[in-house]
Amino acid sequence: MNYELVIGLETHVELNTQSKIFCSCGGHSSPKEANDCVCPACSGMPGMLPVMNKRVVELAVTAGLMLNCEISRYTTFDKKNYYYPDLPCAYQITQLNHPICTNGLVSVGKRDIRIKQIHMEEDAGKLVHEGKFSFVDFNRTSVPLIEIVTQPDFRSAEEVVAYLTKLKSMFRSGGISECEEGAMRCDINISVRPEGSEEYGVRTKIKNMSSLEAIERAIRYEAQRHIDALEFETEELVQETRRFDDVSGKTFAMRNKETEADYRYFPDANLMPIIIDDEWLEQIKSAKPVAIDEKADAYREAGISEKEIEMLIGNFKISKLLDDVISLGCNAKDSAAWILTDCAGILRKDGLLLSDLDITPEALSLVIKQVAEGKINRAAGKKVLIAVIEDKVDPMEFIKKNSLDAKVDEGAITAVIAKVIEANPTAVADYKGGKEKALQAIFGACMRELKGAGDPATLKSLLEKKLKD
Amino acid sequence: MKYYATKISNNGNIAVDDTILVKGVQTAAGSRILKGFKPLFSAEAVTRLEAKGYTVSGKTNVGEFALDLVGEFSYYGEAEDTIKGAAAELVKSGEVKAALGVDVNGSTRRAAAISGVDFLKPTYGTVSRYGIISTAASGEQLGVYAADTSKIKEVMDVISGHDEKDGTSLKKEYDYTDTDDAHGKKVCIIKELLEKADDETKALINSYAEKLRKNGVEVEEISFDLCEVANTAWQILYSAETCNNLSRYDGVKYGYRAEGYKNIDELYVKSRTEGFNFLTKAVILYGSDVLSKNRYDDCYGKSLKVRRVVYEKFEELMKQYDAVLTPACSKKEFTAYSIDDAFVKVFEESIFTAIPNLIGTPALVSGSVQLMGTHFAESTLLSLAGSVERMGE
Repeated sequence: MNYELVIGLETHVELNTQSKIFCSCGGHSSPKEANDCVCPACSGMPGMLPVMNKRVVELAVTAGLMLNCEISRYTTFDKKNYYYPDLPCAYQITQLNHPICTNGLVSVGKRDIRIKQIHMEEDAGKLVHEGKFSFVDFNRTSVPLIEIVTQPDFRSAEEVVAYLTKLKSMFRSGGISECEEGAMRCDINISVRPEGSEEYGVRTKIKNMSSLEAIERAIRYEAQRHIDALEFETEELVQETRRFDDVSGKTFAMRNKETEADYRYFPDANLMPIIIDDEWLEQIKSAKPVAIDEKADAYREAGISEKEIEMLIGNFKISKLLDDVISLGCNAKDSAAWILTDCAGILRKDGLLLSDLDITPEALSLVIKQVAEGKINRAAGKKVLIAVIEDKVDPMEFIKKNSLDAKVDEGAITAVIAKVIEANPTAVADYKGGKEKALQAIFGACMRELKGAGDPATLKSLLEKKLKD
Repeated sequence: MKYYATKISNNGNIAVDDTILVKGVQTAAGSRILKGFKPLFSAEAVTRLEAKGYTVSGKTNVGEFALDLVGEFSYYGEAEDTIKGAAAELVKSGEVKAALGVDVNGSTRRAAAISGVDFLKPTYGTVSRYGIISTAASGEQLGVYAADTSKIKEVMDVISGHDEKDGTSLKKEYDYTDTDDAHGKKVCIIKELLEKADDETKALINSYAEKLRKNGVEVEEISFDLCEVANTAWQILYSAETCNNLSRYDGVKYGYRAEGYKNIDELYVKSRTEGFNFLTKAVILYGSDVLSKNRYDDCYGKSLKVRRVVYEKFEELMKQYDAVLTPACSKKEFTAYSIDDAFVKVFEESIFTAIPNLIGTPALVSGSVQLMGTHFAESTLLSLAGSVERMGE
């Protein structure tokens, strides 16, 4: 019998904010030592009250907009109760009844994945075990998270991996999360059913997965375990929470009784309901980076190649630079080539990556425009670019100083052409005999004679005209 | 009587209950579980008072987390034959100008009524809750004990007002003026609450009503049949929230930690078993039960709906009257009793005090009776009480 795999995901994403969700403790990436990013609020001391970080709301809404969700205009927080030493208040502040986003949709290949909801919550701390002692580190407590819950719409491990890859590049390009190692964690709900069946099978949950490679292996293993249980009655499937062991590649039932726990959720009276009015929503919408699909489409339409689009999407800084340069009046396709080929090449020589690029959109757009308007030729443009990137010079001053914009009129070009043709009778004969390549050599010789000045397009057309005579 | 759990200064002019944080001074809310806990910061109200030149005399004894009748079950107090509130008695003695207390389930108002001093439980959101040891966030409010309405105004003017550190703090201006003019006001007495009080208390209410009438106030008895259900709803909500807020006291981070545990579960269980008194445990268990999956809709969920209904009905009543006159407790004096009976006793007595906690309205105890009003009606309540206070005996 053939079986169909049914998977739903709960994905936790750490938000890229300056401070924690309910206190002003600094960003999550800064602490070097245990408990050096902790205050009375995030360590659960009496007397402290949570105060909402507005930026968390804005990033959660932005994520919801990117995933085509409905944005709740009224959203509230609830307390989830459980005892664990890494949870200083013995409750987690999360959203149960009025989550911030609902009913979204995201396409992965040909599959539409429905998003049930996105909610905001705080992270817990961490325990460090040393010998017979255990230590608590609260640096991570109250770090803001969003949890994205999908409907059981995935039918393969590949779709799950594609979805997570898409989320990562979306959230990176949207400035929502750095999505670095461990900043995106998944709980995978998985079941199998005979192909064609409408009913769901027994569901198990694999908790706390972060590497895509491990997620793929875990799903494959767990699916096979379910199929074996149904097909060969190897074991009886029970609804439970499991853990994936990376070394053996197997999943194991977790000993704790988490599935049966009653978290006694109830509204948090310390946090007033958040009202998202039209004005605020519009503000968030206008600040929202264009959704990744729309953006890729826009680039495609502008004639940017697929390979270039791939480089741009997922690199927030670079795609923003391109967008800025375009908005300053430069051609999209040209600008993409300038950034992804020329700038990247210059950096590569210095052993740097494109993400190290340090140039203002204004300076870059000046260089691009000078070339596009024929004021300097492309080779000169590249010289200017190198100087701007490496020596931080002003592009216009550099052009003037080096007389790169020296006017070379058609007469001068024609004179040079005549001189070169006379000096290269073989090449000219080759070209006239049908060797197209020979033109390049003659052209190069003219450029050398012109010392890089002069418009290449003018040169080319004059040269071709002359040779056809 | 042992007024203080911790004495701070001999020259102090204001006392604060042990449920309110004072930086560097043990703040234990009358509980063993917080023994030795010294906060890193002071409550906003304390900071504001100190900035205006007040000096805190010390931390007055409270019953564990202020959950009892008037303060009879403090880990740091002494047993007495007749039970009284430490802060109320201290204010009565004249040693301090005023005292701060947290009103979550009426213990402050009962204590004030028994000692015969004033206590104002202001409208929810008017005084910052930053730095109070929280039990029921949705209804607790910091209030003031003082000998008369002018001293209440003096302190309220300092401690009220918006605080960004408290997300429930309102952005509003407040008025605590005793206008010295009660004439023409209308006050009602809730029949259902009067009937719950003993004869001595009934007589007290009647004589208070007479004094009001002499000052030109119209007083009449009416029926408001939501008192019982309002009380039950508040007992459910406050127990649930208390259960949740006290779960952070687990012996791991600060305060009391039991000895002889073998693992984390034992550390929790032993510390909490030894750290909390019987009444607190009863509240925690009750609160835990009403939040459980099977009971939530019938208990907690329904109580939230009751809160809304009581709010609407009370507002309707307050369109016809300026204030409500009720007892603050069923009798004038309480004798010592076993803590085993405390949960039921407090539940029963709270019928007089629950509505203001449930819906966030103000209440003023003065002359051993209680005046309740609509949101932000503090000035009206103080004017009514002030007019009676100035008449003398």
